[in-house]
Amino acid sequence: MGRPRFKNLVSAVAVAAALGAAFPATAATLNMAWSQDATGLDPHKQTAFSSLRLLELVYEPLVRTDSDLNIAPAVATSWEFSEDGQTLTFKLDADAKFSNGNKVMTSDVKASFERILNEETGASARANFLSIESIDTPDDETVVFNLSQPDVPLLTAMSSINAAILPAGLIEAGMIGTETLGSGPFVLDSWEPNSREVLSVNENWAGGAVGVDGINISVLPDETAILAALRTDQVDFALINDPLVATLVPSNPNLSLNREPVLNYHVLQLNAEEGAMTEEKVRQAISCAIDRQDVLDAALLGEGKVTGPLTMPAYASDPSDLLCYAPDLEKAKALMAEAGYEDGFSASVIAATGEPPTAAAEAQVIQSQLAEIGIDLEIEMMELNVYIDRWLKGDFDMAVALNGGRTDPYTMYNRYWTKDGNLAHVAHYGDDMLDSLMQQGRVETDPEKRKEIFAEFSKHITDVSPWIWLYTGYSYTAANDKVSGFEANPTGSLFGLSAVTVGE
Amino acid sequence: MNYLTRRLVTFPVVMLGVSVLVFVSIRLVPGDAITAMLGTEAGLLTPAQRASLETYFGMDQSWFGQYWHWLGGVLQGNLGISVTYGRPVLDVILRVFPLTLELALLSMIVALAVGLPAGVYAATHAERPSDLIVRIVAMVGQSTPSFVVALLAIYALSVWFGVLPAMGTFTPLWEDPLKNLAQMILPALTLGFAFAAAVTRISRSAMLDILSDDYIRTARAKGVPARSVIWHHALPNALIPVVTVSGVEFGYLLGGAVIVEQVFALPGLGRTVLDAILQRDYALVQGACCSSRLIS
Repeated sequence: MGRPRFKNLVSAVAVAAALGAAFPATAATLNMAWSQDATGLDPHKQTAFSSLRLLELVYEPLVRTDSDLNIAPAVATSWEFSEDGQTLTFKLDADAKFSNGNKVMTSDVKASFERILNEETGASARANFLSIESIDTPDDETVVFNLSQPDVPLLTAMSSINAAILPAGLIEAGMIGTETLGSGPFVLDSWEPNSREVLSVNENWAGGAVGVDGINISVLPDETAILAALRTDQVDFALINDPLVATLVPSNPNLSLNREPVLNYHVLQLNAEEGAMTEEKVRQAISCAIDRQDVLDAALLGEGKVTGPLTMPAYASDPSDLLCYAPDLEKAKALMAEAGYEDGFSASVIAATGEPPTAAAEAQVIQSQLAEIGIDLEIEMMELNVYIDRWLKGDFDMAVALNGGRTDPYTMYNRYWTKDGNLAHVAHYGDDMLDSLMQQGRVETDPEKRKEIFAEFSKHITDVSPWIWLYTGYSYTAANDKVSGFEANPTGSLFGLSAVTVGE
Repeated sequence: MNYLTRRLVTFPVVMLGVSVLVFVSIRLVPGDAITAMLGTEAGLLTPAQRASLETYFGMDQSWFGQYWHWLGGVLQGNLGISVTYGRPVLDVILRVFPLTLELALLSMIVALAVGLPAGVYAATHAERPSDLIVRIVAMVGQSTPSFVVALLAIYALSVWFGVLPAMGTFTPLWEDPLKNLAQMILPALTLGFAFAAAVTRISRSAMLDILSDDYIRTARAKGVPARSVIWHHALPNALIPVVTVSGVEFGYLLGGAVIVEQVFALPGLGRTVLDAILQRDYALVQGACCSSRLIS
């Protein structure tokens, strides 16, 4: 049986090779692959990683976050907070046009934000824009947001594609999500869910010339297959999630791997409202017993960096000053004894299968580390949706999580660590100090003072240890040597593809 | 009642049972279309926002109401709308089914073309070293999961030969048969490999049984050439269990070779159902499961 099969394989190779020669790839089209496809096309409603990455190529917000995480122009060319911080004024780019050639008007901006704020839309990002009281459009190029209170993080929230500017006409017609019409560098020509997307260049883009003719995105659910497709030049550029696959890329001479530190953080969430973990000392003991670098090395092959709660470069500081960032097993045991748990206790930890790809490995390393201080941890692996359902209900003792980061600490954490945060019940912990530091950080306009406020927040929250922050990973893009000019972005945005060229 | 009428009478009852089972089980699983779309951000929705999205996804009706509505649609040939594709469920299924059918047929051909001769060869060389080799290969083939074979094949082709059948951009058979076959041959070989092993083992044991029968001895005694004894007298009878097993296996293949479709990025029925379940696209799961039951 071995031989006939080998013959077939050889003929498969021959056929494939012949076809490869007969259909050369078009030179200036970028062939791209990713393992998870977008889940929808409404920029105000989508939150899935791939959806955002796709929509960022088609739509534009008022402002963008550049690769150094500074606010940069997009539909708006300039912006300004008033002296009292209660109005935010934008000047629109006179050249900004939707891909059908229509100019981006102030009425489009107004309609887009009104759509986000309308509860019937179901835009989850609405929570970031609640300080907007009214929107004025004094002339054709000016949009004024009147705020109920000073809100410094608002500008950062507006740089998200969840605050994309959509054509007012399409909004009125209720066609957002079924049709795409944006002002970004590319136009979405077709989308077959879980199979492929075809993008062409938006000739009307105000940002100038785009380096490629278009992008063909293929969905290859298995990342090993993506690697194989890269090796055989079927794919020029790919997103990779799994660090284990990413580390294999550089072993191919014509492939290069781009590692970009991301703001998302891996964390062990504790339920401080039930059982042994209501005791602060027990939570601190867990923090001291966990060797963060060891989890990182074992589960992610060291592909990341140990972090405190603040992951954005402008606010992050050396985490080694935080409580027990140098693991201390003796201290952990002593803390357990002081809390009356010298014999340990049992708990369970939830983790989602494949999301992140390293979740199971992380849970296992944590399980073995906590066994050292007598905590008997049972791992519950489950499908992502089931996990999210339990996570949102706060139904867990511990949770291995990969949570989203933002460029502003307030936008990133207000959902968890303010008294009326939407996810305060998932955080399972809250105190007056955290709440007051968050409020101070929101209204403070002096960047240096904000830094101090959030440094104190970071120190306090790791002291009381409601969660055990672990590390941040990388986002990976792999490209063959035909691709040049890609600039990665810590937010994960693929907007840099607008500057990419594909050689022969 | 004869067999056919019995099947015809029980058929609607079975279909109704399947549809209720699928309907209830997909809704019993925690998580819904909203969490599938928004992930943990779903926690930022206000009650009014949630209610508005529930209306959009048709989750605001009672289960009975939803089922009744669905059943009413089905009786008029309408399987509902898939929320991920934004198209009628029937459309989606009709687009992906031909691929699954083609994959099943091709791997069936591979399995029979490889498995039958190997089985017959092994039976006629029973207990000799060559028989042993065939049996070992068959055993390995049957016990190797198809994703291992698939990944090994992809690895071997891409690393050693530097080629790979086009993945991700699927060409339907009627658009360009050659290009389509180039894409399908590796998945079909992968899927056919395990099945070929099963065919080998069954045909070998069936042949061995029959070769010891009286009528074979009679045929040999009459002086019929050995080749003719095997191919004309023994094989037709030995095929009976092979055909039975193939029929059953073909039904499974039509239900969707999820793993192979996933690894080779083929947009077939199996992968569509899997994605629909992960995205909680209730109408699509319901429609696809019922139609795959209808076919197999």
